[in-house]
Amino acid sequence: MNISLSITKTIHEWLFSIMSETAASITEMILIATVYLAVFAVFGLYLVLLERKVAAWFQLRLGPNRVGFKGLFQTMADALKLVSKELTGTVKADKFLYNLAPYFVIVSALMALAVFPFTQEFQAFDINIGIFFLIAISSIGVIGILMGGWASNNKFALIGAMRSGVQTISYELSVGLSLLTMVLITGSLQLSEIVEVQKSGWLIIQGHIPAIIAFMVYMIAGTAETNRAPFDMVEAESELGAGFHTEYSGMKFAYFFLAEFINMFIIAAIATTIFFGAWLSPFGITESIPWLGVFWFLGKTLVIVFLMMWFRWTFPRLRVDQLLTLEWKYLLPINLVNIVIMAFVVWQNLIIQL
Amino acid sequence: MPLRKKMEPKTVNNNFKSEEYFINMGPQHPATHGVLRLLLTIDGEIIKKVEPDLGYIHRSIEKMCERDSYQQIVHLTDRMDYLSSHINNEAVCLTVENALQLEVPERVKVIRTIIGELTRIASHCLWWGVMGMDVGALTTYFYGFRDREMINDIFEETCGARLTMNYNIPGGVMYDIHPNFIQRTKDFVKHFKTKIPEYDRLLTGNVIFQKRMKGVGILSKEDAISFGASGPVGRGSGYSCDVRKHHPYSALDKVTFNESLKTAGDSLARYEVRIMEMWESLSIIEQLIDNIPEGDYKVATNAVIKLPKGEYYQKVETARGELGVYMVSTGTKNPYRVKFRSPGLSNISLLNHIAVGGKIGDLVATMATLDIVVPDIDR
Amino acid sequence: MSYFSNIYKGVKTLLTGMSVTGKVFLNSRKGSITQQYPDNRETLKMFDRFRGEVVMPHDENNEHRCTGCQKCEIACPNGSIEIIWDRKVNPETGKKKKEIDQHIYHLGLCTMCGLCIEACPTDAIVWAQNYENSVFDRSHLTKVLNQPGSKLMDGVED
Repeated sequence: MNISLSITKTIHEWLFSIMSETAASITEMILIATVYLAVFAVFGLYLVLLERKVAAWFQLRLGPNRVGFKGLFQTMADALKLVSKELTGTVKADKFLYNLAPYFVIVSALMALAVFPFTQEFQAFDINIGIFFLIAISSIGVIGILMGGWASNNKFALIGAMRSGVQTISYELSVGLSLLTMVLITGSLQLSEIVEVQKSGWLIIQGHIPAIIAFMVYMIAGTAETNRAPFDMVEAESELGAGFHTEYSGMKFAYFFLAEFINMFIIAAIATTIFFGAWLSPFGITESIPWLGVFWFLGKTLVIVFLMMWFRWTFPRLRVDQLLTLEWKYLLPINLVNIVIMAFVVWQNLIIQL
Repeated sequence: MPLRKKMEPKTVNNNFKSEEYFINMGPQHPATHGVLRLLLTIDGEIIKKVEPDLGYIHRSIEKMCERDSYQQIVHLTDRMDYLSSHINNEAVCLTVENALQLEVPERVKVIRTIIGELTRIASHCLWWGVMGMDVGALTTYFYGFRDREMINDIFEETCGARLTMNYNIPGGVMYDIHPNFIQRTKDFVKHFKTKIPEYDRLLTGNVIFQKRMKGVGILSKEDAISFGASGPVGRGSGYSCDVRKHHPYSALDKVTFNESLKTAGDSLARYEVRIMEMWESLSIIEQLIDNIPEGDYKVATNAVIKLPKGEYYQKVETARGELGVYMVSTGTKNPYRVKFRSPGLSNISLLNHIAVGGKIGDLVATMATLDIVVPDIDR
Repeated sequence: MSYFSNIYKGVKTLLTGMSVTGKVFLNSRKGSITQQYPDNRETLKMFDRFRGEVVMPHDENNEHRCTGCQKCEIACPNGSIEIIWDRKVNPETGKKKKEIDQHIYHLGLCTMCGLCIEACPTDAIVWAQNYENSVFDRSHLTKVLNQPGSKLMDGVED
């Protein structure tokens, strides 16, 4: 637990003063979890709104503009509608797995948020294997999708889920390897230390050519990892209707939907942390005001999120075998060569340091 | 045509190998463009068999034609292939005019041809948008509609309707063209010439799209002919089947244009043929728009048209292919029998032939290049 | 070597595609192609040939031009038009003359083909340009086109 912005510090001390250490830790964890859950549920909703607005602007439309000022409450209203909707299901569904799947997806999406350094020392959980934890967590979500697709007793859902399994297993390799390339520079898996290293230049500048290649590979693989277009084989609405969540309705569907957007945020946040210096401001212009780090972190993340939206609203979908061709014949070899190049760069100390 | 009996699970399961399974695509499915039902036999992702199950929106238009007078038949054909409704109307009117040996004014012929080519562009715009959607590029839909909307406005100003226009009547067209028609059409041609290259940049050139389309759903020229493929589907396989070229009707004998032909026969060839056709249609419009002859916009016919006893056939090139109208008259005010040879029906019959062996994604992409309109298939 | 040139060409086409959508995104402030429909009722103007529904114009003396010749009824492919008529004695000339009682128009059956208006010899019925034809009860779609108490305009003969 490393929370030491002034407010959190006060709460921390107050909690430990009134109860035993174990009880205080547990209370604190629950508190933090609740705050994160609340903040990111709302944030996820606004990501959905952003996606819809951005899509509209790409497509000569206006996007949601009715509910609230310029449609700002549109997704709130949608969430309200989804909460109040009846939960339907198939008769022969495997009830236990069918009900478990959405929670699995959303929990694994929210778990990853714990390790992000939003600003200096504003990090819920700073473990020394931060990147490893992120890679592991981000590929757990697929189990929820597989369960959902399998349990809903629908062939379209099953095809979607199987595609998802194939896709995530392939692409987490590239995500991991491209992040590993950057770890060669930092020499640490701990996210706070990675940010520390970037005080002498963001890693994408420090690592120059191999870092840029790694970033490109990471963006492609990351988009695939979140099952978004052009890699949305899982949903592929022109092929499978709705894919794995065909049989889900109401709040259970909302969990899948929200998880998709939080996953997108996570992929972008990892890219920000590893490649673009997390909360560090460009050239240290706002170093004197530490809380502005949150602004920089979110700003950089949203730029990358926008890039992913741009991909989604421009490119056609790949076919399932082409998806695997791209991974195994292009991304993976490039990635492996890139690691060697990066190792050479680090060995010869060709890193650009500002 | 699959029999209903065959679809009962018990009978089906006995014939299946253990790995294959059966999936029901449609009648409500985003890729089937309406209420078309496909019975797929799949092994994993690979298509083993596709059986289109037709008839979900059969409205017995041919039978209704026997009830109606010759003027009334025209508006029914709007509802067949609604994306090229003007050309359908034209086919019926040409049949009636030929049977009556009625010479329509030159002005009518030119107007019909211009609006027919505009219809073709509008149909291809919509097809392009939907094609993009079927392969997963959602933005194309709106870009296609943006340009189609301009054509619809031209139609609405002249004919009063955007889709089911019913602008043709036996003996001419219903109203004269609107005074703004020529200017608007010229504006559109100018606008659209900048948009086709944009289509190419956005979708045609895209590496993912190329990989999805190239070498997929190959149809040989021999098969195209034996399946009765027509329109861009046939021409994508190198089968020169453009009715406008071989049997020109209306003012099409006065214009010069190239028949869009590709020999590859795959999905990409069919796609490219349609893009080329948009260019050709633009050139036809450009040749005619400044040369609309003065004259009447219709010739008077009897209020009750009676065709001489006999059989009449007329074919036209709609946006989807060759539409044939076969009429049998016994000399009364109603036709004895009307048969439409619709391009969609013969094109959908190809589907099993070209989609087997591909993935589910290929099936969707291939079906999009066939450009089916379900009311045209079912009638 | 073609492996790398393929990657280069592929990435280039992807960027070309992104430039197209990006350009639209940057120009999105200039307006959209969609309309804010219920809000723009005031400004939304249909073209004057737009086929909204069939109406029978009346002049200020509550007179129409329909002689009751029933040509529209015959021309209609769907039976959307029914004319109830009678022969009445004109008190001035003493002649029996066909006069419509009710010109019934079933909007629910109408396909907007325009054949009735083409067929009308006296231009008694025309297209209206209204575009909001939905009602809560199907029976509202059956309309009587001639106003109550209206009569035939003088000098209109078929």
